[in-house]
Amino acid sequence: MKPFDYFRPGSVSGAVALAREQTCFLAGGMSLLPMMKHNLAVPVALIDLSAVPDLNGIRKTGDAIEIGAMTTHAAVASSVLVRETLPALVALVVGIGDPAVRNRGTIGGSLANNDPAADYPAGVLGLGATIVTDRREIAADDFFVASFTTALEPGELITAVRFPVPLAAGYVRFRSAASRFPLAGVFVARFTGGVRVAVTGAAPSVFRVPGFEAPLAKDFSPGAIEAVSVDPARMLSDINGGAAYRAHLVGVMARRAVAEAMG
Amino acid sequence: MKISVTLNGVAVQEDVEPHLLAVAWIRERRRLTGTHIGCDTTQCGACTILLDGVSVKSCTLLAVSLDGHAVTTIEGLAANGQDLHPMQAAFKENHGLQCGFCTPGMIMRAVDIAIHRPEADEAEIRRELEGNICRCTGYRNIVAAVFAGAQAMRAARDK
Repeated sequence: MKPFDYFRPGSVSGAVALAREQTCFLAGGMSLLPMMKHNLAVPVALIDLSAVPDLNGIRKTGDAIEIGAMTTHAAVASSVLVRETLPALVALVVGIGDPAVRNRGTIGGSLANNDPAADYPAGVLGLGATIVTDRREIAADDFFVASFTTALEPGELITAVRFPVPLAAGYVRFRSAASRFPLAGVFVARFTGGVRVAVTGAAPSVFRVPGFEAPLAKDFSPGAIEAVSVDPARMLSDINGGAAYRAHLVGVMARRAVAEAMG
Repeated sequence: MKISVTLNGVAVQEDVEPHLLAVAWIRERRRLTGTHIGCDTTQCGACTILLDGVSVKSCTLLAVSLDGHAVTTIEGLAANGQDLHPMQAAFKENHGLQCGFCTPGMIMRAVDIAIHRPEADEAEIRRELEGNICRCTGYRNIVAAVFAGAQAMRAARDK
């Protein structure tokens, strides 16, 4: 790893004030540190968020569930509040990495990284969550821009993520046997106003499938999307699976996620 | 940067470079070589330590992140450095190792399982060991050892 400066500010404003060209915020480090080992990320300074209060924790705010950016996957998985209101999100986080990784990895870090195969973006986009930063609120539909790219401005810091509580939701993924990342992961959420379907792992960035959402809004059952397919042209093709295979998996995982949501 | 760490129960202070990994600090500076480096990519778990009682992979952790926290390595488990910890004893009794390279990480992860999921059955233990790889593939005895060790830790606690 290349040398860098290290800061551990004690407030959100202090953290943001330290940000400049080629600095990185350090959350759990589960993606950033491996990238730095391979010189894929070479920050001149790390701004460690571990001493910033108020970034950690899970609370109910009105009808929504708000998860602090530094909350670990393990904390989300063991939260009674999340288990009761967003069980599909628990199903999602318990499949991230492995137990020791879940003890360090955070929701804010995962979202800021926007790895095309990460699980969290599917849950955040599928539930239509709101990403809260030091300066504004960003709708999930506007947040995930492209592979490893988000709507965050340079130096903008995620402080929390606010999830609406759906009537029902389900998340099912098909993992690569080697990397354990999803080849296709589909999050389905049913609200009074309609259905949202978000897919991760299959394309360069997480995406919604209106072709699934419309029929599911009329008939929330796996059979409703049996005849609907996604276009292989937009899928990834790599050593783990070709585009046609991934497109097929998206359909299968979506139907299983609907079945999961139906309980 | 100066870090203050409670390492295996002993308060330690040391100046470290920000880019020094926790596992390098433990092995090379503190000379506690029971914590192993297997894959160096957060996958194999040979470098697992307890950070404030919770298992983490020290190859994907900065030494500066240990500042102000308590670290337990495999060397810190045996009381007074003599009597084996119940989980170590269980690995010995159940022959939960072949070459032994993964064993320190396995045991640190197993202690976490025993503390946080004391009632874990075999299936749950297997799931909870997902991040620790044994390339001798001796998982059967490892799982038996974790089960027995968790029971022994529970019995010791209830005594």
